[in-house]
Amino acid sequence: MAKNKKPHRGKGVTRREFMTNVSAGAVAVAAAGTLGAKDAEATAVIKPEDMVTIDLQINQRRHRLLVEPRWSLLFVIREKLGLTATKFGCERGECGSCTVLVNDVPLYACMMLAMEAQDLKITTLEGLMQGEALGPVQKAFLEQDAYQCGYCTSGQIMAAEGLLRKQPHPSIEEIQTGVSGNLCRCGAYPHIFKAIAQAAKAR
Amino acid sequence: MLPNFAYTRPDTLKEAVKQLGSEEARLHAGGTDLLGCLRDGVFSAQKVVSISKLDALRGITKTSKGGLEIGTLTTITAVAEHPLIQSDFTALANAAGEVASPQLRNQGTLGGNICQKPRCWYYRGEFDCLRKGGDTCYAAEGENQYHCLFGSDDTCFIVHPSDTAPALTVLDAQVRIAGRWRKKTVPIDSFFVLPADDVQKETILGADDIVTEIVLPPPPAGIKSSYCKVRARRSWDFALAGIALALAFNDAKVAHARVVLSGAAPIPWRSMAAEEAIMGQELTPDIISKAATAAVKDAEPLAQNGYKVPLFKGLVEQELAKMKV
Repeated sequence: MAKNKKPHRGKGVTRREFMTNVSAGAVAVAAAGTLGAKDAEATAVIKPEDMVTIDLQINQRRHRLLVEPRWSLLFVIREKLGLTATKFGCERGECGSCTVLVNDVPLYACMMLAMEAQDLKITTLEGLMQGEALGPVQKAFLEQDAYQCGYCTSGQIMAAEGLLRKQPHPSIEEIQTGVSGNLCRCGAYPHIFKAIAQAAKAR
Repeated sequence: MLPNFAYTRPDTLKEAVKQLGSEEARLHAGGTDLLGCLRDGVFSAQKVVSISKLDALRGITKTSKGGLEIGTLTTITAVAEHPLIQSDFTALANAAGEVASPQLRNQGTLGGNICQKPRCWYYRGEFDCLRKGGDTCYAAEGENQYHCLFGSDDTCFIVHPSDTAPALTVLDAQVRIAGRWRKKTVPIDSFFVLPADDVQKETILGADDIVTEIVLPPPPAGIKSSYCKVRARRSWDFALAGIALALAFNDAKVAHARVVLSGAAPIPWRSMAAEEAIMGQELTPDIISKAATAAVKDAEPLAQNGYKVPLFKGLVEQELAKMKV
């Protein structure tokens, strides 16, 4: 894929796109096979056993898919769309490993119903890629060695990205607060803070 | 995976109230506390009624008299960062800034914050406790280091988990409520319910009531307000102890006083004793010390939360000293 092209826009198929398309295909098959699937309507009540078609805008790409009302945004992103950078951690809004941007603001995808994410602009770590190259925050995390096991890293990066979109030149205190909702079990915090400071300069 | 529920997201407040009237319907605003409770099985929901489309309930507007109207769906972040709240209603900006983590502040709403369910680990855990309709309070004889000093009525020992509620209380906020039969406005200090009155409720809200706005009256001239929160770790957590203050002075003497403690009782705990100790007085070290002693005089510590008594005492002293003119 040419360097200046955005992901998902090129004609070639990356491994990530291939996986995504396979998942979407599976969903489409499920759609054809489900009786009683309805479009989301304003005051319609979706019954617990019903699935409903929703549109999600993730990484500048529209996904139409069938969901159950109880599915979290995290579940849909990972298990239905195959975007596996977003991690399943505590699933109770405490660890931050599922952090995504919703309208440029970091939120926990485990604490949001997919139904609630309709019409919102969602960005996952995959959406920070510049083609096949790493984005500035990702690059800074790599260069500053801002992880050990790496499990919290995509959440940390999304929290940092959200911080920098709101405050391009954060102080060290603002950086610390910015990732205070993301736990790093390995204790890589000093490197994480350095990485975010570096990313702020690079962006 | 969450248990199954029906879901609806009405376009009008009226429809939302109607939908809430059905059996075991639960209100969804930001959703962060609701989803946690459903996942932990604190209660179940046959239907989730989301009000997230009701944009009229989002935002902060000035009232003609110099107060503020805050829509129930306004995020905690928006409250914390609002310039007028920072300057004229400082306690609320402080408190909102101390709520949970950035992600939860971005999603959580002010209405949801004052309506959130308690964090007692027996209530949140697999215990059929009093508050869940059982017949035993497990905290009374159990692990109670995070439980209350006041207001338990020897019934239920939760502490109210909200940071914004004590700040709103010192600012004499009013809560607007829409229900099936009428709309009403209540002062926030009659919004919360003590275990003695109803052990299964934290607020006066009926099943189909929705908090629509929180109204802040114009601040009395010269008022200074603050909120300070103590937690077990520097990063985010619920309050071990907290204090909201709103004071106005006439010369150096206290002419208006509100002292409300968080992490202290099942509701935001107004310390009349501390207020009486400082009213009409200059905030000298002696008066401050008397107020701190008065604030904890009626504390009833449990086996494991005795540390909260000196903690609150120190906190009252520290925060009153900062207010001194």
